[in-house]
Amino acid sequence: MDRVPIVKIGRTLFVSIQIDLEDESVVRLQEDLADELAATGATGVIIDITAVEIVDSFIGRMLTMIGSISRLFDAETVIVGMRPAVAITLTELGLSLHGVRTALNAEKGLALLNGTD
Amino acid sequence: MDSYGGQGRMAAYLRDHHDKVVGRWAELVAAGVRSRISSDEVRHELEDFYALLLRVMAQEDEHAMGELRAALDELSRSRARNGFTPRETALGVFSVKEAVYELVADAVELAPEYLTFAQMIDDLGLRTIETYSAAREQIIADQSVAMLELSTPVVRLWEGVIAVPLVGTLDSARTQLVMEKLLEALVSTGAEQAVLDITGVPTVDTEVAQHLLKTVNAARLLGAHCTISGIRPQVAQTIVALGIEFGDIATKATLADALALALRNAGLKVVPA
Repeated sequence: MDRVPIVKIGRTLFVSIQIDLEDESVVRLQEDLADELAATGATGVIIDITAVEIVDSFIGRMLTMIGSISRLFDAETVIVGMRPAVAITLTELGLSLHGVRTALNAEKGLALLNGTD
Repeated sequence: MDSYGGQGRMAAYLRDHHDKVVGRWAELVAAGVRSRISSDEVRHELEDFYALLLRVMAQEDEHAMGELRAALDELSRSRARNGFTPRETALGVFSVKEAVYELVADAVELAPEYLTFAQMIDDLGLRTIETYSAAREQIIADQSVAMLELSTPVVRLWEGVIAVPLVGTLDSARTQLVMEKLLEALVSTGAEQAVLDITGVPTVDTEVAQHLLKTVNAARLLGAHCTISGIRPQVAQTIVALGIEFGDIATKATLADALALALRNAGLKVVPA
């Protein structure tokens, strides 16, 4: 099973999803992220989904759940780099990712977390 | 349309009176189209048809019918494109009966063959109408595609601010196109502020509102802030009467207000020069 690496930059955890997400790797990511948040006390999570071309309701729910988990650790989640087709699919599925912030790219996401935007 | 053989004598007769028939035919057609095409042009077209008709009647070769139909289809299509009515188009074919009848009225021995001839012309005339309407439908289909393309421009109002002025009725197909164009523009320009201007949308019902909400939500997922502008008084009344909730989506009366809001959101300030 592929694992999604979690990189800590300053007080932000950076997660770049580069693989086709399977249910197992998604669950693993949630666990890893929770562990990492607890261990580092990070205040922000950036999830880069530039490479994600196909989403379903499960992945949509996963993103919302990651947002909820992060909030329990007092960290804010920003999803960056969503493709237009993915956004349309999520909207058509009726998922608007409440409680999760979004940004056009990683740079803007970081600026959003640091409050400089 | 099957074979129209057994018109050997008729064919020979018409061949002998070529100039007279074509002349009269051209006269009738030219009167019908009210000089929108020159009589020389009409005559030239009819000469070709006449030659093909005679070949079909005389059953000289089996390709004649195919050629005649192809030529007829081509003519009908060009008539449709040039804005002639179906009546004018079909008249071009039907009037040959009149031209021929005037000639053969006295020749009793040609009467049975004239019946076959008339049937053939009727069939050909109906075919022109069929081709004509098919061509018109094609034109309409092409136009609606062109309109769809034309009606959804994405304009850049400011650095990081884009707008989509919507004009005309919003249906699912158009919303899809608007959404795709807006999202692509957000990604390619890196804009974080978008304005959907609905000044040109005649009516806003629950379906249209649903489409707008979807577009705004999709833009949000990309990290952009989307404002809806151009809500006219009667549209506002309809929205409230229908109980449509725009939730926390910002709405403004005019595009100018929306631009001001977008600039403020982008951290910009307009000051007098």
